Amino acid sequence: MRQQLSALVCGLLFAMGLGVSGMTQPQKVIGFLDIFGAWDPSLLFVMVGGVLVYGLGYLWIKKVPKPLFAPQFLVPTSRHIDTRLLIGAALFGIGWGIAGFCPGPALASLVTLGRAPLIFGISMILTVLIFERIQNKKERVS
Amino acid sequence: METFISSYGNAFLGGLLIGLSALFLLVFNGRIMGISGILGGILNSNSRAEVWRYFFFAGMLLGGVVLQLTLPNAFENTLERSDFLLVIAGVLVGWGTRLGSGCTSGHGICGFSRLSPRSLLATGTFMLLGFATVWFFRTWGLT
Repeated sequence: MRQQLSALVCGLLFAMGLGVSGMTQPQKVIGFLDIFGAWDPSLLFVMVGGVLVYGLGYLWIKKVPKPLFAPQFLVPTSRHIDTRLLIGAALFGIGWGIAGFCPGPALASLVTLGRAPLIFGISMILTVLIFERIQNKKERVS
Repeated sequence: METFISSYGNAFLGGLLIGLSALFLLVFNGRIMGISGILGGILNSNSRAEVWRYFFFAGMLLGGVVLQLTLPNAFENTLERSDFLLVIAGVLVGWGTRLGSGCTSGHGICGFSRLSPRSLLATGTFMLLGFATVWFFRTWGLT
């Protein structure tokens, strides 16, 4: 139960951070990505703030044997670069540049019941659902 | 000028909150805060046991409601995009983040901070393609 509660608080804090930062405003995101035009670099500081806290925190966590509410840390360790990673990131970048939504802000914006977040969000959720189905089928075959 | 400074300050403050939420999830649950991964886990019938993901998602929605009540312009959206483009973008973001195992949170904040080579490369790639896409859409006047 402690794990569920901490996840709930983290989700809440994360959405607050997105809203305060401006990441939930697609026109701001597009302004940030418009590096060849009227560039608005402000959202760069979202990454600066996030990486500062998480980077310093991570250095400290490395010395901690296990998380407080779970038996072990589950952190990805793969260093393998493949085309899957690059093509995936490229497709994501194109979609992000078209609509100004990445997954977090899109999901948090669903509560507004606005037209754009609903259309984008439902399309994204259905796509992920199909992706997971195909993934599971592939795993069953192999 | 004032909005200029506040927009930088707000971005930084929001970034600190995002970093803090990701750090808490690691300290308490030992997990990486990647939203596309959390969404994928929720929608994958093989990972129903990971109940924390549902709670994280509920927390995000709750946060959305709190934002609506306290910061009404947090969800301001003046970007003009047709329904068709929004659908296409949703497909690209959904498929791309699952194929590439991460998005702005998992690769851009968590992996980037840990200096994971995969995340550094993924972040560089989606940023570059984001720049190119916005340039393309503005140049051709596409909405």
